[in-house]
Amino acid sequence: MSDLIGLTAAETAEKVASGEVSAVEVAQAHLDRIAAVDGKLRAFLHVDTDGALEAAKAVDAHRASGDQLGPLAGVPLAMKDVVVTKGLPTTSGSKILQGWIPPYDATISKRVKDAGIVMLGKTNMDEFAMGSSTENSAYGPTANPWDLSKIPGGSSGGSSAAVAGFEAPLSIGTDTGGSIRQPAAVTGIVGHKPTYGAVSRYGLIAFSSSLDQAGPFGRTVLDAALLHEVIAGHDRCDSTSIPQPVAPVVAAAREGARGDLSGVRVGVVRELQGEGYQAGVLASFEAAVAKLRELGAQVVEVSCPHFEYALPAYYLIAPSECSSNLARFDSVRYGMRVGDDGVNSLEEVMSLTREAGFGPEVKRRIIIGTYALSSGYYDAYYGQAQKVRTLIVRDFTAAFDQADVLVSPTSPFVAFGLGERVDDPMAMYINDLCTLPASLAGTPAISVPCGLSDGLPVGLQIMAPALADDRCYRVAAAFEAATDRLVPPAEVLA
Amino acid sequence: MAVSDEELDTFAGQLDVILSAVARVAEVAAADIPPTSHAVAMTNVFRPDEVRPSLPREDVLACAPAVEDDKFRVPRILAEEA
Repeated sequence: MSDLIGLTAAETAEKVASGEVSAVEVAQAHLDRIAAVDGKLRAFLHVDTDGALEAAKAVDAHRASGDQLGPLAGVPLAMKDVVVTKGLPTTSGSKILQGWIPPYDATISKRVKDAGIVMLGKTNMDEFAMGSSTENSAYGPTANPWDLSKIPGGSSGGSSAAVAGFEAPLSIGTDTGGSIRQPAAVTGIVGHKPTYGAVSRYGLIAFSSSLDQAGPFGRTVLDAALLHEVIAGHDRCDSTSIPQPVAPVVAAAREGARGDLSGVRVGVVRELQGEGYQAGVLASFEAAVAKLRELGAQVVEVSCPHFEYALPAYYLIAPSECSSNLARFDSVRYGMRVGDDGVNSLEEVMSLTREAGFGPEVKRRIIIGTYALSSGYYDAYYGQAQKVRTLIVRDFTAAFDQADVLVSPTSPFVAFGLGERVDDPMAMYINDLCTLPASLAGTPAISVPCGLSDGLPVGLQIMAPALADDRCYRVAAAFEAATDRLVPPAEVLA
Repeated sequence: MAVSDEELDTFAGQLDVILSAVARVAEVAAADIPPTSHAVAMTNVFRPDEVRPSLPREDVLACAPAVEDDKFRVPRILAEEA
């Protein structure tokens, strides 16, 4: 294993900028790592060897000509396959988009490239980002670098596994109900879901438009913050993008790393612990809260009584929005077409294409969503879920009167076995128990590693008010500085 | 969207379980509560109406499952007797 793949993104950028190593050497080291271990991990759906080396060469050329390099220039990155990339296959984990080569770049893809970041390829995910284990991918599951028989989380499981398994120091994920935070937690890395609207959704294949938000993964809080600042900021191509300055997350991560949290009020959410949580997860969480107190934080307990309804509200709102968003896969302008034999009508072809192209979880959600939006059921299901969403927002507002940040475990469990829950949708949905409230409220939340339980990583979730993403990074960086970094056992991928 | 008989057998039970779980939202007394459709409320987002180049036609048609005469070709849209 090359020394270059063990570096943080910040260290790599520094070495590239100083000329100590070339961006090409860094890219090659990671491509070699992918070639060596991805057969076991299956984090990538597509590796862009030529494109990565070309991008790295361009960074080296800029440096040689004396140009000032950006803070992450020459650092490799793995991109979740839900993000559209010009000229590179983009499937969103679905058969229906197999072979599609997008003619344009998502805003995130463009910003990453413009920053001199070297995109290594596209990562595996649950189909259309629906799932918590990557087992809903049409291309087979990804494994967890801590134990290849376990899930890497989901839906951004390829992105989490790639970073935890040293295939890339950085990756991009998307989070609709926890799809960045839960994979970060179960693979022992850092993952942040920004405030809704902080990162452009232009070129993200839509699942649930009022919830979807892209964000960074890194092995350190500072690395995630550096990537956050590259991708965040207003974009005229996304009308829900917030026209405000990006929260100063890099400064917050550096400030936090000094390890002083005096004056910070940390609220422990009473409803996000207890029954249904693994004992080892709760023990790690309690130790984490004690550590925050040691660092000077003032810990208070807060109550958010409607959080227990986040799960049913989410599993009405997200399927409702997806049933509408996925109507675009109609076999006309792009993607798969099945049954076009000259006899079948347009409607029959659409129907056959969608039967063949969508996997079971996507179909279940389209059916539930269509039902929840249908006349006669709308008020009881979708309408009521939207009212519950208001009450969850109000719970947050009241809690943030008493605390600057809120904390909970990121997931009730550590990584479970591949195949263990695939036949039981509710057992899968319960993974999102702790992450759903911040999704519904559009507030930022980060997951930072907080120890092991049964040899598998546990995540600490830190939530902040909308647009105060910097608070998540500050507290996470302070916590990180006071704890040991988690590294998966080398023999798993040896 | 067509669903196979086999899928129907699997889904029937699963959808029952999911629907009864999500129906719990009804337990919350929320008659007077306004709905939230979006976490960040924004209305009437405008941008200047500028003419900008669109994607080249050949790039867009290259993605299509079937093309004829520089256009998307689709299955028949009218019934035989029409």
